[in-house]
Amino acid sequence: MATAPLPAASQVLDLTAPLPLDCGKDLPGVRIAYETYGTLDAEASNAILICHALTGDQYVASPHPITGKPGWWVRMVGPGLPIDTDRHFVICANVIGSCMGSTGPASPAPDGQPWAMRFPVITIRDMVRGHIALLDALGIARLHAVVGGSMGGMQALSLAANFADRVERALVIASTARHSAQNIAFHEVGRQAIMADPEWRGGDYYAAAGKGPEKGLAVARMAAHITYLSEEGMHEKFGRNLQDRDAKTFGFDADFQVESYLRHQGLSFTDRFDANAYLYITRAMDYFDLAEEHGGRLASAFAGSRTRFCLVSFDTDWLYPTAESRRIAHALNAAGCPVSFMELSAPFGHDSFLLDVPTLDRVVAGFLG
Amino acid sequence: MTAPLRPDLAIIAANVAPGSSVLDVGCGDGALLSALRERHCDARGMELDPANVAQCVARGLSVIQGDADADLSFYPDASIDYAILSQTLQTTKRPDLVLEELLRIGRRAVVSFPNFAHWRVRLALLWGGRMPVTRLLPVAWYETPNIHHVTIDDFRALLKDRGIRVEQAWFLKGDRLTGAAAANLRAEHAVFLLSR
Repeated sequence: MATAPLPAASQVLDLTAPLPLDCGKDLPGVRIAYETYGTLDAEASNAILICHALTGDQYVASPHPITGKPGWWVRMVGPGLPIDTDRHFVICANVIGSCMGSTGPASPAPDGQPWAMRFPVITIRDMVRGHIALLDALGIARLHAVVGGSMGGMQALSLAANFADRVERALVIASTARHSAQNIAFHEVGRQAIMADPEWRGGDYYAAAGKGPEKGLAVARMAAHITYLSEEGMHEKFGRNLQDRDAKTFGFDADFQVESYLRHQGLSFTDRFDANAYLYITRAMDYFDLAEEHGGRLASAFAGSRTRFCLVSFDTDWLYPTAESRRIAHALNAAGCPVSFMELSAPFGHDSFLLDVPTLDRVVAGFLG
Repeated sequence: MTAPLRPDLAIIAANVAPGSSVLDVGCGDGALLSALRERHCDARGMELDPANVAQCVARGLSVIQGDADADLSFYPDASIDYAILSQTLQTTKRPDLVLEELLRIGRRAVVSFPNFAHWRVRLALLWGGRMPVTRLLPVAWYETPNIHHVTIDDFRALLKDRGIRVEQAWFLKGDRLTGAAAANLRAEHAVFLLSR
């Protein structure tokens, strides 16, 4: 990733004004890379903003330019699908701080050198400010809906809380209104793995030969990937099966299929993701606490909002468990907002929101109308 | 085309003031909520069964998956006009506490339940010596969700004990209204509109 050129996004917006950030700084020269699907109607009333997760990108329903893999939510977004591009104008933007064309630590700073660790620490709300700037540029005063899973759900909540008049519906899947100690702990393991890699070089690895701290980034991804699956799902998929061998080697090779799988996940991740971006985005998630932003009371975040909310959790998701979604639902009730909440049963853990859960399809289609 | 409402739900729908705010606790597939939405009510629901919740959301209704025994405490005081509990009271762990919660959240409460003192139920127990299985109580004792069977007179006694006012009451035999006289014997089903 370090030496690879930034992928050319099909559409980019260069902000003319610096973006004010929660940390107090202004970020100059912000570029937002995004994809759109479908057609914006004459009243600009049919737009749906999809917010991507930590390592996601704007390629929600089109092939990824580096991996060539189909978009990350092709089962949900497309003509005649629950998020119907025949009827809706669907927007998905790479979040600021990321590395798929929007401004992040790998982007050039005003001095022409990569920002690296000089990049300001951003928040989920800062990402949302970037989205709002994009909506302004596209002439969309009010979204039909904002939709997101995981970190995308945090952006959807933040957008609905901070820019209530910009959105009619918010669909929040497998997400949370705050990062728990456990969530922060897993992220810290990942960050320390990156920063312990000698190739990280304090973040200044972009000009160095090689691929940067790919070993550290791979370990970070491996640890995180475990949190996206369920124990039951992992057992079903891998059990204690051995990888391409009939017996244990009494060594530290990837004897087990699950080891081989995680190593592959970790390594292939480094082809498409920037290690510093991983540091910055995980930090933004750890800093996320919607109640804290609004005087410590979650209901206050939604006071006076007329947005309709739908929250969906999965029974095997231990990263953002059902209790977190229920907490949000109760806060929305207390604020008098129309809210639906349900826990769906699916075996895939946190990743369920990306996978085949037919009930989710029905709920998404029904809620978006 | 929508299926006709269950008789007790039809009574409730007809007696909720148009445009009011409603919480239907145990809203099932959202039949009553849909009818109330047509009356321009701000109608929300709570439902235990996730399949029912998903169906409600797919109908465009606002429904929370939750449990009347546990999740009502999160609603603010006097935050809605009507808190409705239809055919759910007898399935709760503590019907008395749920009733108190309904009247805390709602300025009024509507409660409907099958009457366990209906003559058919009495006969089944008296002559058969077995727990009755009837049209409104169709499930055998070991698998019924109805863990607190209640009669109209039991319910009235509870209301009196708790100082809850009956604004109106309806009694049903099949899908027809029947008089308040001897309702405890003759009615299969009761609907109460309550306030404090």
